Amino acid sequence: MLTVSKYVFLDLLKNRSILVYTAVLAVLSFTLLGLDGNSAKGLLSLLNITLLFVPVITTLFSAIYFFNSLEFIELLLSQPVKRAGILLSEYAGMALSLSAAFVVGVGAPLMVLLPIGASFVLILTGVLLTFIFTSIGLLIFVISRDKTRGIGAAIIVSLFFTLLFDGLMMAFIFSFSDYPIEKAVVGMIGLNPVDLARILMLLQLDVAVLMGYSGALFKDFLGSSAGSIYSVACMLLWIVVPLLLALRIFRKKDL
Amino acid sequence: MIQIDNLTKSFGKFRALDGIDLHLEKGQAVSLLGPNGSGKTTLIKSILGLVIPEKGTITINGQLIRNNPAYRANIGYMPQIGRYPDNMTIEQVIHMIKDIRKEQTNYDEELYHSFGLDKIKQKKMRTLSGGTRQKVSACIAFLFSPDIYILDEPTAGLDPVANELLKDKIAAECARGKLVLITSHVLSDLDGLTSHIIYLQDGKLMFHESIGELQERTGEKKLNKIIANILTNADSKQICIS
Repeated sequence: MLTVSKYVFLDLLKNRSILVYTAVLAVLSFTLLGLDGNSAKGLLSLLNITLLFVPVITTLFSAIYFFNSLEFIELLLSQPVKRAGILLSEYAGMALSLSAAFVVGVGAPLMVLLPIGASFVLILTGVLLTFIFTSIGLLIFVISRDKTRGIGAAIIVSLFFTLLFDGLMMAFIFSFSDYPIEKAVVGMIGLNPVDLARILMLLQLDVAVLMGYSGALFKDFLGSSAGSIYSVACMLLWIVVPLLLALRIFRKKDL
Repeated sequence: MIQIDNLTKSFGKFRALDGIDLHLEKGQAVSLLGPNGSGKTTLIKSILGLVIPEKGTITINGQLIRNNPAYRANIGYMPQIGRYPDNMTIEQVIHMIKDIRKEQTNYDEELYHSFGLDKIKQKKMRTLSGGTRQKVSACIAFLFSPDIYILDEPTAGLDPVANELLKDKIAAECARGKLVLITSHVLSDLDGLTSHIIYLQDGKLMFHESIGELQERTGEKKLNKIIANILTNADSKQICIS
């Protein structure tokens, strides 16, 4: 069923954008980790890079690639295969190659310079984010009627999660600060995969000062381990739900 | 082989296909003609299951095609625009299609060799010209010698040599009792190849007749003359009515 994903993966490994993405990540990782003797600081900077770069690049790149493959997907669908199989293959090929780029670009320098537990969590976080935003990119591709609109949507969605959501959250906390909104805030964090990733990472580093209001709440309410499980579970949902939605819509889509 | 009943499809307010009834038999080479936007591609895509019809049914070899992808094992499709992943080589693309249809192992690689693709099989798809990509699409369509060929503008962009090779291949497959459905705007390419003409306009079926009948009715021999004759007559009729 996933025969096509092997070929998509091989095609993407030779893709110039993916190679540049890997190289940029690698250069950033080496400089940030080498810059400071303090390992936690280096990890934190790398975390911020991951949280900004991965969602934006992944969503945009995957959406553009899917749109460019439209004619190819049509050709594949004229073969005796199910639509779901082809879409899942495209998804798997894309998510795996972007993850490979992240693991090589960030993971390898981390393993060389800073082989501690928290580094592994950062790699895991990056891979989870890659799968999530590929899933979202796929959903955008399936919903949008044309490429221009699709790419516009991809830009807006990725910026919404990386920048805008925090602002909205801040406004929410500010305007309801007189009420007991702690539980609501913890719930709201589940709505943003980027925040989930940040908290998952910060819970490992134990730098409560840097966690901000929502992070501190998280730790207070759930504790380190329950908090980690909650955020990983939410992130897995963020992979599965858009993917299932995309498959559902794609089944009835006119190509 | 292909039975279409009351096929209707709209995109928003636009009626792309409006109650099409068709019956196509094996051994026929059917040309699908009509102006731009008359629903030719939508009809082809409906048969391939790429467009989901809102009304009507399509039956292929007695099987309803809805939710049943297996019927496409009998179809070879050559799209109008062939675009492939940039970094795949010709060889990889062919391999992949073979991988997808694992059950079918009788390959017809005549075009692959006569087009000379075997000599450039290591080339990446990105570096190929439009015509060469068209050749790859043709190879894929004929690879499994299916019973039904659906060719969307097959000769567009091909050089004269390749054009003749492809036409010979189509004629040979027809002679073997296959059903070939072709759309093309180059009517002279279809001359001597087609046995039947389907003419669509504004999503409606104007006529579906054999070449012999049309030649008799219009007194013309060449395909482009026949079509021109019918269209001008139809126009003058319309003017008379209005």
